[in-house]
Amino acid sequence: METLLDILSWVSLSLGGLMVLIGGIGALRMPDLYTRMHAASVTDSMGAILVLVGIMLQAGLTLATIKLIAILLFLLISSPTSSNTLASAALLAGTRPFEEAHQSDEEDKE
Amino acid sequence: MEILGLYYYWVFAILLMIGLYAVIAKRNLVKKLIGLTLFQSAVFLLYITMGKVDEGTAPIFSVTGSNIFSNPLPQVLILTAIVVGISTTALGLGIVVRLKEEYGTIEEHEIQEIDER
Amino acid sequence: MIVIFGVVLLTLLVITAIAIVRTENLFVAVMLLGIASLFIAGNFFLLDAADVALTEAAIGAGISTVLFLSALALTSERERSKSSNKILSFTVVAVAALVLIYATFDKPRFGDPDAPVQTHVAPWYLEKTPEYIDIPNVVTAVLGSYRGYDTLGEVLVVFTAGIGVLFLLGSGAPLGSLPQEKINEGLRHHLIPRVVGRVLIPFILLFGLYVQFHGEYGPGGGFQAGAIIAAAIILFSLLEGEQRALSVLPARVLLGLVAFGPLLYLAVGIAGIVLGGNFLDYSVLSSDPVKGQQLGILLIEAGVGITVTGVLLSVFHAFAARGR
Repeated sequence: METLLDILSWVSLSLGGLMVLIGGIGALRMPDLYTRMHAASVTDSMGAILVLVGIMLQAGLTLATIKLIAILLFLLISSPTSSNTLASAALLAGTRPFEEAHQSDEEDKE
Repeated sequence: MEILGLYYYWVFAILLMIGLYAVIAKRNLVKKLIGLTLFQSAVFLLYITMGKVDEGTAPIFSVTGSNIFSNPLPQVLILTAIVVGISTTALGLGIVVRLKEEYGTIEEHEIQEIDER
Repeated sequence: MIVIFGVVLLTLLVITAIAIVRTENLFVAVMLLGIASLFIAGNFFLLDAADVALTEAAIGAGISTVLFLSALALTSERERSKSSNKILSFTVVAVAALVLIYATFDKPRFGDPDAPVQTHVAPWYLEKTPEYIDIPNVVTAVLGSYRGYDTLGEVLVVFTAGIGVLFLLGSGAPLGSLPQEKINEGLRHHLIPRVVGRVLIPFILLFGLYVQFHGEYGPGGGFQAGAIIAAAIILFSLLEGEQRALSVLPARVLLGLVAFGPLLYLAVGIAGIVLGGNFLDYSVLSSDPVKGQQLGILLIEAGVGITVTGVLLSVFHAFAARGR
């Protein structure tokens, strides 16, 4: 049972690390702000869930697990909200999405 | 293993000097304040690094008693220092905002030119 | 083994610091400063300094970013000039760095339990705290009781900084009536942040109170709690607009908090004298000296928390009100 929990938590932590890496690569390689936020949200959602579940499996049924659940809930509520606010702020400030910006460039050239 | 410990002190030296470079070489006043914040953070890192004890835990007595604790004294000092740091930063930023209102710029050489006129 | 994590965090920290100095856009520099503070907080935790990590995260990565951004909103966001005397500054800085690195070779080994810093006063504190004060968190015991005088000085420093900013930038209350369209509405038209913020703010306040009163049993205490409660109310004023936030917590109440905190601390000190002991001697506050110490620490931590909350909120409102 102990080994099973250990293996599950290793798998969960490694997958979580992989999600964070994917989010990071996406945030570097994507063309504009909106797609970059979309890539970074992989870190905030799947990465956070997998890493925290991995730690919860290590902690067992103690007070620490309840605190970790509270942290996970807070992360899952606050990070989509901040992405939404960031995206509407960017739209209000005039940052245009990649496709639109290039389409209007091509129309101007014609 | 010793290099690992020395690495902490080398990063302290490098971070200290990066902050000092921002304070003396940059002309924008807010950039100087940011450099000062980095300088302070490097000093905090030095003190806390010196307080660490091998195999120790945080200096909080708990039921699962391990008896080796890291030194609580640098932590108390740095706790105080962090709050004092943010207070002086806030005051510095207030002065920068007033300078911008009076001179119209926060670049140090432009302020000196306006003063000399 | 866990020191490897620390090494990785430190390398990322150095890279972030170099990026902070090199970037021209000040907003980017402030955001990177927040990230650097979070790396430092992570490192503090790896070095067994839990209280300090909490404080650095709450104040360095949280409040400091807000203050810098509100100052940047009032000044320019781009650094407009090149550095002066690049070669000379870089030489001075490089020479100083090399001298410091040369000096680090003489330091005691990292983590050595026989280093001079570990052998004089610290073992006495660790040994005598269960006997004299009997609270689990030794850092709070040292901060509140053994070195209480220093903490009083620090509360007065925070108070002075708050008063200084209020002198420079005004108290945040509008000087006359504003035309209707200039009233700051915050994010009131954006539904999602507003609803989610309203759901989260009570929990953030609850967490702040938890950290305040739990400071004797775990990492926590007045400074962290003050920063967290101030962050909750700053979130409220960002969401609902500054007018609404000032009608919820008027500027006079905030000034009252700023003054009341140090007064509470000094009152506890003078109560020590009145009851027959020394200044800031908590043992005479109750019939049992140990209970007296615990009561004293509770009261002064409350004073510290009230001061930090009041000062941080007053400073934020002073910056936010200046733009009108």
